[in-house]
Amino acid sequence: MSHSITDATLRQKTIAGTLVILYASITMVPLLWIFMTGFKTPPDSISYPPKIVYQPSLEGYVNLFTTRTRVSPEKLAELPPPKNFAEEIVRNREMVIAGPSKFGERFLNSIIIGFGSTFLSIFLGTLAAYAFSRFSIPLADDLLFFILSTRMMPPIAVAIPIFLMYRQLGLSDTHLGMILLYTAVNISLAVWLLKGFIDEIPREYEEAALIDGYTRFQAFYKVVLPQAATGIASTAIFCLIFAWNEYAFAVLLTSGTAQTAPPFIPTIIGVGGLDWPAVAAGATLFLLPVMIFTVMLRKHLLRGITFGAVRK
Amino acid sequence: MAEVVLSGLSKSFGNKIAVADIDMRIDDGSFVVLLGPTGAGKTTTLRLISGLEKADAGTVSIKGRIVDHDTPAMRDVAMVFQQYSLYPHLTVRDNLAFPLRSPILKTPKKEIEEKIAQVAEVLRIKDKLDNRATELSGGEMQRVSIGRALVRDPTIYLMDEPLSSLDARLRADLRIELKRIQADLGATLLYVTHDQIEAMTMATHVGVLQDGRLVQFGSPRDVYERPNSIDVAGRLGLPRINILPADLFPATRGKGHRIGLRPEHIRFGDGQPALVKRIEHLGDQIRVHLEIEGHALVCLQPRLRSLSVGERIGVQPIDPLFFDENGNRRA
Ligand SMILES: Nc1ncnc2c1ncn2[C@@H]1O[C@H](COP(=O)(O)OP(=O)(O)OP(=O)(O)O)[C@@H](O)[C@H]1O
Ligand SMILES: [Mg+2]
Repeated sequence: MSHSITDATLRQKTIAGTLVILYASITMVPLLWIFMTGFKTPPDSISYPPKIVYQPSLEGYVNLFTTRTRVSPEKLAELPPPKNFAEEIVRNREMVIAGPSKFGERFLNSIIIGFGSTFLSIFLGTLAAYAFSRFSIPLADDLLFFILSTRMMPPIAVAIPIFLMYRQLGLSDTHLGMILLYTAVNISLAVWLLKGFIDEIPREYEEAALIDGYTRFQAFYKVVLPQAATGIASTAIFCLIFAWNEYAFAVLLTSGTAQTAPPFIPTIIGVGGLDWPAVAAGATLFLLPVMIFTVMLRKHLLRGITFGAVRK
Repeated sequence: MAEVVLSGLSKSFGNKIAVADIDMRIDDGSFVVLLGPTGAGKTTTLRLISGLEKADAGTVSIKGRIVDHDTPAMRDVAMVFQQYSLYPHLTVRDNLAFPLRSPILKTPKKEIEEKIAQVAEVLRIKDKLDNRATELSGGEMQRVSIGRALVRDPTIYLMDEPLSSLDARLRADLRIELKRIQADLGATLLYVTHDQIEAMTMATHVGVLQDGRLVQFGSPRDVYERPNSIDVAGRLGLPRINILPADLFPATRGKGHRIGLRPEHIRFGDGQPALVKRIEHLGDQIRVHLEIEGHALVCLQPRLRSLSVGERIGVQPIDPLFFDENGNRRA
């Protein structure tokens, strides 16, 4: 059997595959544990030795989305029969649902702020990166260095000035404020990453489009953007991960209307004892959007940049 | 189609002068071939006309209108790039349709289909229409990039060595096809090539560039028979013109500094004795490498005599070209 010298042999593939699977399994264990805990009952979640096989329950999710009050057994008996499975689960613990919890709202805040700032970072970052890549801008190198320098210290180092500034401007605890803040942090990463990708796209494509009767903006839109899809997708994922997971600024600057999920999830612990299944349920749901987003963009990530239609 | 006039066109990159003060008139319906060594400024000239490059001085006018401040799209030129650049994210079909779909042309769907079918036929890429641009061989890419120009009906076609990576047969066919487009449809072309045959067979005019200057402009015969300089003379004709000291032959002594001998300027028989060093069989011609007093001379084998290596033969110039000390031709 003949094979190309650049292709891995079956043996090499097997070894590589085994190592990757091994590594993936190790890193997946905590995730799997969180996922499983979310479907345990509170007693199961703290039982010793830990239970691997257990009766799955939605109690964690019910507790995550509701607030509950304890009632006496006599009162409980007087109530009409439970209207849905959630009420039934809650009543088994001698409680009734008092109302929805804040989790849904906080989760939505995370979505708005995370995706909003990702969109803004990518939008501004792509335009800036294109300009830096294609036009001769006075002091371009210094500007690029300045943009990068905003990331040289941890963002939280400027927390106090930002806190004061936001209070003055009325941006504290607002969606707009958090979107702007995360965009400001992400934009340098976006400009640098995207500039690298756009630099790799030969100018000849745009020149051909200009000759073919398109304006520069149309050429950018029709030719450069599709070529930069890989770069845009990976940059977007980085931006989203930062904005989605950010904790310190969220704690400092949000408390109510614009509070995101990361500062909220730990507060669940405090409500009605150590409710691990609810925390795990929150963590599981919290992981989903970034995961879905990454899977959705996978096509662009794996496709790679298409070079090769320009003769060098 | 339209006439294109360049006047005083100049362009430098840093302190490198790429195009220097070019005046050239490309008549409506003409086929102008640009010749010149690498780095002479051929590509830069095309880019200046298309508007991809901004001239330092001078003007370009198309259809009698100065277009210096027009965008490439407004100039309505089609260009085949030396580095043929197909849009890699599109299929061959979409590549060909791209210029037709531009906001300027906005061609109806049906017409696009017809145009593509027609051009694909001419360029023999019909079975590749649904390939991605990246899934083509070099020659196929080159044909698609020619096709992207041919689907249009622009003021001028600018072609930068468009046939360079095709095989001999396809090249010969496309040569005829391009010539037909010019002759039948009245298209105007400015065409860069290093290929003798392309220049001689297709051109109505030949322009020779050297270090950014247009050193000669005229009909192919004119440039071939009356080149301005040794450099220009070397651009056309195969085998290349032989440049020898004028005093090598009694007949030419004193009439110039050097003489240029094309194969048809050489008569065998009497004259200076020459040694046959090497014989090359090229199929359609047989080249003979001679040596006269230490000077090499390449010519074609005479029709009625076959020579062999080591033989001596008399050589005599007839009507050679005369050049002065600076390499300029003497009238
Ligand atoms: N963008 C550029 N920046 C700097 N110098 C350039 C640029 N474009 C062209 N030049 C220079 O200008 C001169 C003319 O280049 P041009 O590409 O016009 O040559 P050409 O005649 O097309 O050569 P070839 O036959 O090799 O394609 C060259 O010396 C080249 O190095
Ligand atoms: Mg060139």
